Amino acid sequence: MSKEQIHWEDIEVGYELPVLEKIAHSLMLVKWAGASGDFNPHHYETEFAMTQGTGGVIVHGLLKHAWLIQFVTNWMGDEGFMKKFSCQYRGLDFPRKMKTMNEPVDGETWKCKGKVVKKYVEEGEHLVDMEIGLENGKGQVTTPGTATVVLPSKKKGK
Amino acid sequence: MVPEELKKYIGKVDPPHLREVEKGAIRRYADAVGNDNPLYYDEEYAKKSRYGGIIAPPGFFGWAKQTIPSAEGLMGVMGAMIEAGYAGILDGGMSYEYFLPVRAGDTLVASPKVADIALKEGKTKMMIVRFEVAYYNQNGDLVAKSYQTLIGRQL
Repeated sequence: MSKEQIHWEDIEVGYELPVLEKIAHSLMLVKWAGASGDFNPHHYETEFAMTQGTGGVIVHGLLKHAWLIQFVTNWMGDEGFMKKFSCQYRGLDFPRKMKTMNEPVDGETWKCKGKVVKKYVEEGEHLVDMEIGLENGKGQVTTPGTATVVLPSKKKGK
Repeated sequence: MVPEELKKYIGKVDPPHLREVEKGAIRRYADAVGNDNPLYYDEEYAKKSRYGGIIAPPGFFGWAKQTIPSAEGLMGVMGAMIEAGYAGILDGGMSYEYFLPVRAGDTLVASPKVADIALKEGKTKMMIVRFEVAYYNQNGDLVAKSYQTLIGRQL
């Protein structure tokens, strides 16, 4: 992103990444189905979703994973590289319905959060490990995860 | 005990398939996520970046160039899970190891494998399926490995 690049030296253990807010709504789920190729009706048809024991249409796990990846990779900047990523779908998330053709009704807003838990150098790479997670509107982490990213170092003149 | 009809899938390696990473598909994917990073759509910006061109956001590996038979891979296992009574299938999670960026214009070779199938008995019985895919680019370099977990519940 066109912003100031973060360097490994700028970050300390305990650093919290800037929160990324997201809103899941019907339109977004349909767009995601098309862009990802996941056409499971569990994500757009209430009648079918009711037969799946989840109580309604749910947000795609992979959409939540893509949000978390966006959260980490846009933070680390163009000079960073995501080496490892992992997330688990522990809680179900339910999309907002639409009020207009492109605006959702009022409701829940999700937050991607993350914290650096380890900072180290390995095989010449300047790395940070972080704990990340997607929080629902009630403050519950429905999708916890971890990531390891390589950050540029000031020492290498990068 | 994992039912016999599912056991046969453990370690099953599917024929590798080709995936085209088109820039339009990357843009659409990023748009669906709500990710406006110019690395995924702005050619001028991307050209000047360290990548020298548009890349795909991690998690996107393009589209399969051919239709994958529904008896194979993930679809095959999901079918067998439903047959075995675990019809409530949920995505459990995803992990990646990344080695190289995926670039617009790449043709990837994806090699899927059913890594493991296990039964977990708690309040209810659940079937846990782990699915691995290795992605190589047109130069034969390993770009990433993905590890997906599926959870099957008895409805």
